[in-house]
Amino acid sequence: MSERTATIASSVGLHARPAAIFAEAAGELDLEVTIAMEGEPADEAMDAASILTLMSLGAAHGDRVVLRAEGAGADEALDRLVQILETDHDAA
Amino acid sequence: MNNGVSTAATLPVQFSGVGVASGRVVGPVRQMPKPVQEPAAPGHGVAALPAGATAESEGLRIKDAAKSVKAELRARAETASGEGREVLEATALMAADPMLIKSAIKLLSAEADGGARTAERAVWEAGAAVAAKLTALGGYMAERATDVLDVRARIVCELRGLPAPGIPSADAPFILAAEDLAPADTATLDPAKVLALVTSSGGPQSHTAILARALGLPAVVAAPGVDEIADGTEIYVDGAAGTITVEPGDELRAAAEAWSVQASALAAFSGSNTLADGFVLPLLANVGTGADAVKAAAAGAEGVGLLRTEFCFLDRSEEPTVAEQIEAYGAVFAAFPGKKVVVRTLDAGADKPLPFLTNADEPNPALGVRGYRTDLTSPGVLARQLEAIAAAEAAHSAEVWVMAPMISTAEEAAAFASMCTAAGLKTPGVMVEVPSAALTSAHILREAAFASLGTNDLTQYAMAADRQLGPLATLNDPWQPAVLALVKLTADGASLASAATGLPKPVGVCGEAAADPALAVVLAGLGVASLSMSARALAAVAAVLATVTLAQAQELAAVALAAPSAAAARAAVRDGLPILAELGL
Repeated sequence: MSERTATIASSVGLHARPAAIFAEAAGELDLEVTIAMEGEPADEAMDAASILTLMSLGAAHGDRVVLRAEGAGADEALDRLVQILETDHDAA
Repeated sequence: MNNGVSTAATLPVQFSGVGVASGRVVGPVRQMPKPVQEPAAPGHGVAALPAGATAESEGLRIKDAAKSVKAELRARAETASGEGREVLEATALMAADPMLIKSAIKLLSAEADGGARTAERAVWEAGAAVAAKLTALGGYMAERATDVLDVRARIVCELRGLPAPGIPSADAPFILAAEDLAPADTATLDPAKVLALVTSSGGPQSHTAILARALGLPAVVAAPGVDEIADGTEIYVDGAAGTITVEPGDELRAAAEAWSVQASALAAFSGSNTLADGFVLPLLANVGTGADAVKAAAAGAEGVGLLRTEFCFLDRSEEPTVAEQIEAYGAVFAAFPGKKVVVRTLDAGADKPLPFLTNADEPNPALGVRGYRTDLTSPGVLARQLEAIAAAEAAHSAEVWVMAPMISTAEEAAAFASMCTAAGLKTPGVMVEVPSAALTSAHILREAAFASLGTNDLTQYAMAADRQLGPLATLNDPWQPAVLALVKLTADGASLASAATGLPKPVGVCGEAAADPALAVVLAGLGVASLSMSARALAAVAAVLATVTLAQAQELAAVALAAPSAAAARAAVRDGLPILAELGL
């Protein structure tokens, strides 16, 4: 099991456009990636490819979330997803 | 969907309804898809699965339908821009959302609670569960629940092989035919693509009618049968006469041609309305947002006669903050420096429910806790709104008047006036839309500085006829003798209150009645001091008012009051105003 922690960079939190970009990227992987707020038990983590899940997580700007995945290429995939979360997509 | 251009031999060539926005056009019909029907639940004689289908094959159908909807929304996002594009992109992702699809697929299994469902029913229930979850989270998430329900409806239509709900998209402009339009449809209607609106249901005060007047689109409502005209059929619509003709001949095509010339001549309003004798009767605009206000100012409006503040509250699950409200109201005040802006406090309830103010379970919402009455059940919201209005006023030079909707008694008027005074607002007024307020206006206007007749609700309450119901359209007519009598009583009561207090007690009209040029003349003759309407209607109303003196308007008002029916009143007044025929109104 690979695991990464990321800090939400978008000023609106993990909502709307930032959530759409992230869910899209997670959905394109051949891996099952889960997401949970930092400190939440791993078995309550949810599907990271679901925009509805991401929005209901309610992660705000500056919150820390944990991404988990298992299988070949999991480390590289998680690194890329962390990068997406740590980019402010509202800055234009 | 039938895309043929031929009409069935049994179809009548002429339909008639109630004309609610004037104008004459010819164009092809596009039907608004019917609202999505809820798929039947399993049991009670409904087979769980169609013959030959398995849970696996139904699961695949759901995935395919979701993918198609996602692709369709994506394609629409490509053509949109800005915020609209982002919303569509996020909605497209929701359509194929793993959480939604997985929970729908679970419901196909015989082991699911309540047994196996059809694909349609499974999507329906899964969507409802996700929407309920979002609603429970409140705030921004609760506002996304409607997006999930929209996606659900689209997937169900895709599964059934029906066109997606909502206004059809087409490359060429068309005449939109529907049973009726909902407020939500109005946001997606592109006025550059739609030539006219025709509906089989709805009344003169329906959302379709209000939208048509706001967009300046010819419209006929309550015309039974128009929702059955085949897509692509050429029709002629006369929004003044209330008629629709299938496959029009050269004469009607020429009439439509002539209208487009007249319409451009009517497009301008000088911005200072007077009757033929110089009597000053300001024409104001009804607006909801700062953007509306900018457009209204550009159209020559002499101020705002109705700022519908609920528009900055709609689609909200929580009360907007005072700071947000100050910004929203300030944007309107900024468009009218030094001019009058009449702010109506929150008018929630009945057809405009708000989750944090209104109770959805009332058996009779039009007669329930709505408008000013919500202050009884949710005290504080109104006081904070008044605080925001006062703060916005302080930052701008507009002359701000404030009025409460649904005032029924002098006690309520007095209570509202003292709340305004406490907030530092100088000109408190009332809406007259409940018949009791019209009947007791002399008492009410001792407490309030002005009144504004909301003729849409006044008509529905005077006639006891729901304004959304097509079959009651003829009752829901502001020309009804009872409604005209209530307008006169209100104006007479205001004169008494003015004499008793030594203060001016102006009565304005801000209902759709003010946008009917013939009725505007009658209202002026009944003693109304200002008229407020959709900005689009200003030019036509001004053009007609400019042809009559106050004395002539008073004579026509007397003719209307003496008429035994709405139709007789309208016909008699129109006979006295030859300008209407000249302008094609």
